[in-house]
Amino acid sequence: MNTASQYIRTAPRRKVLAQGLRDGIPIGLGYFAVSFSLGIAARNAGLTAWQGFLTSLLINASAGEYVGFTIISLGGTYLEMAIMTFIANARYLLMSCALSQKFHPGTKLIHRLAVGYYVTDELFGIAIARDGFLDPYYSYGAILVASPAWALGTMFGVIMGNMLPLRVVSALSVALYGMFIAIIIPPSRKNRVVAAFVLISFVCSFGVKFLPFLASLSGGTVTILLTVVISTAAALLFPVKTGGNESAKEDESHDA
Amino acid sequence: MTHNVYLYLLVMVIVTYAIRVLPLTLIRKPIRSRFIQSFLYYVPYVTLAVMTFPAITEATQSPVAGFAALIVGIVLSWFGGSLFQVAASCCGVVFLLELILV
Repeated sequence: MNTASQYIRTAPRRKVLAQGLRDGIPIGLGYFAVSFSLGIAARNAGLTAWQGFLTSLLINASAGEYVGFTIISLGGTYLEMAIMTFIANARYLLMSCALSQKFHPGTKLIHRLAVGYYVTDELFGIAIARDGFLDPYYSYGAILVASPAWALGTMFGVIMGNMLPLRVVSALSVALYGMFIAIIIPPSRKNRVVAAFVLISFVCSFGVKFLPFLASLSGGTVTILLTVVISTAAALLFPVKTGGNESAKEDESHDA
Repeated sequence: MTHNVYLYLLVMVIVTYAIRVLPLTLIRKPIRSRFIQSFLYYVPYVTLAVMTFPAITEATQSPVAGFAALIVGIVLSWFGGSLFQVAASCCGVVFLLELILV
């Protein structure tokens, strides 16, 4: 193949890694606070500090882990665990589809496997916010900070969750949502269509609480349904301009 | 019937990793469909917005404190607050308001 199929780094690897580390710090701090409350859930499910640490190190998913701890505490079957894990994490399927478009087509398999290990709401958010193709080293930098913070936070949550006053736990529990807000608002300021659909998403997500059928579904399922319906409507009514990844089109004629 | 915690974890790891890594490894070329491009463009904002509200008002002891955190977070990030500043301010607002409300 010619060189056009190779990913060419726009900045030195070390510099990109450092940018990832820097952007990973606020995420790590938030993760520590949030996973602390997750550790309390793990403790209530009967997990040890080591098991809580291991779960968070390997799975990196707030809602997914929470659902898992619930099933463990109820003694559910492994099949139930598989299905509920899928439902609680299915939004990552959509995010990974979106993220696949952020990779240069020539990105190696090993990088795809490694970045895929840590597709979370926040890491996905900062990766999407980067200009141009995603350099995997940016993600690695952020993962190096976020992953230990998430795992250690869970561990400390198991060990000393019950020692914290309820007020503090309550305050820490909004850190995660604060991060979501910080990811969706800046693009809303630049793009009125995004702003409108963020608002529509808030209203619909609140509205489904009053629909008897939808209210009976799990939170994860409602999230997927609303995401698919609202994003489809947005894509049909306000299609984005194509050709964001111009450089990818150069070798169009060479495609098999 | 007793279950092994480590087998539970193994199931969670396999399912979660498959969900994340399959699209990244299987979709190797730019998607040409304008509809799918647009759909994937809107997905992150919609899904994060859906997960944020009303959940933020249910995470706190007082729903009013959670709602105030939402408003403060939106205003702060609108005017350029960083990820950490916004998250920390949301926590601070809840803590202070709940001193009065709860």
